[in-house]
Amino acid sequence: MTLAQSLWREGIKTGAIGGISVLAISLVGMVESFNKRDIIADFLSMGIAFIMVFGIILPYIAAKRTTRPEKHIIFLNALTAGLVTAVFPALLVILGNIINLRSMFVNASPVLYNLLTSGVEGVGGILILLLAGILCGAFAGLLFFLPGLIRSVIIVCLTSILAVGIVQDLIRPLFSSWGIMEVVSEWLFTQNGLTIAGTIFIPIFVGAIYMFWQLKGEGIKTRYNTLESGTQKSVKMSSFFVLAIFLIFLPHILGLFLSEVLTIVGLYILLGLGLNIVVGYAGLLDLGYVAFYAIGAYIAAILTSPAIGAFTLTFWQALPFAVMGGIFAGILLGIPVLKMRGDYLAIATLGFGEIIRILVLSDFLKPWLGGAQGIAKIPNPAIFGWQLSTPQEIYYLILLGCILVVFISVRLRDSRLGRAWMAMREDEDVAQAMGINLVSTKLLAFATGAGFSALSGAIMVSKIGSVYPHSFNVFISINIVCLIIVGGIGSIPGVIVGAAALVGLPELLREFADYRMLVYGAVLVGMMLLRPEGLWPEARHKMELHGEENGSDETQTATAA
Amino acid sequence: MAMLEVQNVHAYYGKIHALKNVSLKIEKGEIVTLIGGNGAGKSTTLRTISGLLKPREGAILLNGENLADYKAHQIVTKGITQVPEGRRIFGQLTVTENLDMGAFICRDKKLIAENVERIFEMFPRLNERRKQVAGTLSGGEQQMLAMGRALMSNPEILLLDEPSMGLAPVLVDAVFETIQKLHAAGTTILLVEQNARMALQVASRGYVIQTGEVVLHDVADSLLNNDMVRKSYMGEN
Repeated sequence: MTLAQSLWREGIKTGAIGGISVLAISLVGMVESFNKRDIIADFLSMGIAFIMVFGIILPYIAAKRTTRPEKHIIFLNALTAGLVTAVFPALLVILGNIINLRSMFVNASPVLYNLLTSGVEGVGGILILLLAGILCGAFAGLLFFLPGLIRSVIIVCLTSILAVGIVQDLIRPLFSSWGIMEVVSEWLFTQNGLTIAGTIFIPIFVGAIYMFWQLKGEGIKTRYNTLESGTQKSVKMSSFFVLAIFLIFLPHILGLFLSEVLTIVGLYILLGLGLNIVVGYAGLLDLGYVAFYAIGAYIAAILTSPAIGAFTLTFWQALPFAVMGGIFAGILLGIPVLKMRGDYLAIATLGFGEIIRILVLSDFLKPWLGGAQGIAKIPNPAIFGWQLSTPQEIYYLILLGCILVVFISVRLRDSRLGRAWMAMREDEDVAQAMGINLVSTKLLAFATGAGFSALSGAIMVSKIGSVYPHSFNVFISINIVCLIIVGGIGSIPGVIVGAAALVGLPELLREFADYRMLVYGAVLVGMMLLRPEGLWPEARHKMELHGEENGSDETQTATAA
Repeated sequence: MAMLEVQNVHAYYGKIHALKNVSLKIEKGEIVTLIGGNGAGKSTTLRTISGLLKPREGAILLNGENLADYKAHQIVTKGITQVPEGRRIFGQLTVTENLDMGAFICRDKKLIAENVERIFEMFPRLNERRKQVAGTLSGGEQQMLAMGRALMSNPEILLLDEPSMGLAPVLVDAVFETIQKLHAAGTTILLVEQNARMALQVASRGYVIQTGEVVLHDVADSLLNNDMVRKSYMGEN
């Protein structure tokens, strides 16, 4: 028994994790609702693909974690993990056929059972399910023994099928607007899912690019590094130029819907960069960050909307007031929480965020702020008489804002103030003993972050044309904190990647909308376990977290010393 | 007039009376040591001098000027720099950036660069690791960095809080060598130590502090031969 335990422990343990995960996604209804869409037309639905991802990843982890050197034991562990993963849904199906589970789990329906057993009734269906588990496990086991390059190419190919399959609804309209591309689109996609041709062609295409980069990438990089600095500069300049052209034409390539998503992502990038200064640079966990977004939005609304009527400034006249208002509020919030750190600061700022929301919602301020009805008729911004009304036009305003804020963020990071923030984040006492004025340094962090947030708020209301208290709930703050963590704390490109991943993707994948918070939670836990430094970490943070892996000589000298 | 004078200082942590009527004098160019057991008030004395803790009674005078009205970050500009206990380097910044932080009060870039080179000359080990993230340095290197960082502000008085703490004996020797080098270069040093023997060997005078009170004050040699000191702080019978 003990021998068996030690031999198959990883397989059973990891398999159980997989099985419970599959049960969870089935019972919350994710599998069923994803099943309406196909990744590959009439062959593989999104729901099944989702289960298969668990069925392959966890056996792979089991194989990786097996400490025994024997190859067959590693392989059998992967197989066991796959089988155990399948046993859980199999038990669910058996149990569900005996007693009615729907009183407790609404989604435990015959449709779900049907889906899990691929439509086969009785014992046959259960066997199919278990067999599928074993096959997934075997696949993962084989994958584990493949050489690194081939393995990563296979993973990239499979991921590309999955990714293209999920976002196909967005790719198809893109293609259709380009004449000849429509033929290609019809060759690759059906109305629901990839065609067989697409299933074969897309991974080959993506895999080939990936393989080329893996084999030749290093060579290209070294060749770039050996170039003269002048040539390097012109390569850099021209890639910047290409990027700029790309960004300018982006909304026209993407069309209306995707441009709208892009503008939302852009607004979150502004918010994220602001909070990145407070949380990432200065280390002050602010959970009431939405308050400044609301303040910027409301100031812009009051100053421009004829519905309130007190002022009817243009967007550009109101913008400085909105930003200044945000900065002022940032300082005002900063003063009482100067001595707080960590959890206490988080709770105090959380309260501040709610106070602002409740204030704008209150009847007491209704004559000025509109109460629950909010403020409407906010004019769109104009540049030299050109009214920016569609998302495709507003995009340029947001792009401009993002460029400005990225520029300020970079300059601040490399400045004396940026250093002072970092020192303060690391150790307040020592920072003070180095001559850093904690009061002004902290307040400047709050003020800068709040200013960016207010800018985002002002642009947001002028884009939408109205403002309501309920758009400023605490989830916005949490969302922004999450996107910073997922992107990589303190990293500017990280904020952009994080915003695209956590704000852009859910907008694109409407199926996820109901499960947004669930997915967020899972993504955060997964990130903390697998990649705590974030998707695009700041170089220094990465070095710190993974210092032991590539700095073994230092640990040696440390012990030798 | 003494360079630094602590006059009848009383300091509190909340209701806890941490320093009871502490008085110290440090002359220019001297190494003075403050020895005592755990929780005796050694670090508290340093925190009070560097302004991180404000005394409730008593005064701290630097060249005759009362420091009571200055905040901690202003006291650095007066020429007092502390090397905190347990090193407390900025783990996420590189070695060079840590040193730059030490010169935060200085705005002259050329002077900072010169100072960095001076520190690297003094601690060649740090020079080898100048681009490395400080959190990955060994304990001894971190102590070197903590001292180097403090020296970046060209202090008149260096407050050293237990520089030998948690270091291997070889490294402790290296740290004390460095202290002597700094002394030879003219820096005034207030050294807080649990390792009383080594501290008294480099210091000219010493104070013994017990439960917040200075109980003994003498030249270092006589403290080294004092029975009470030998028993309590050097582990002899």
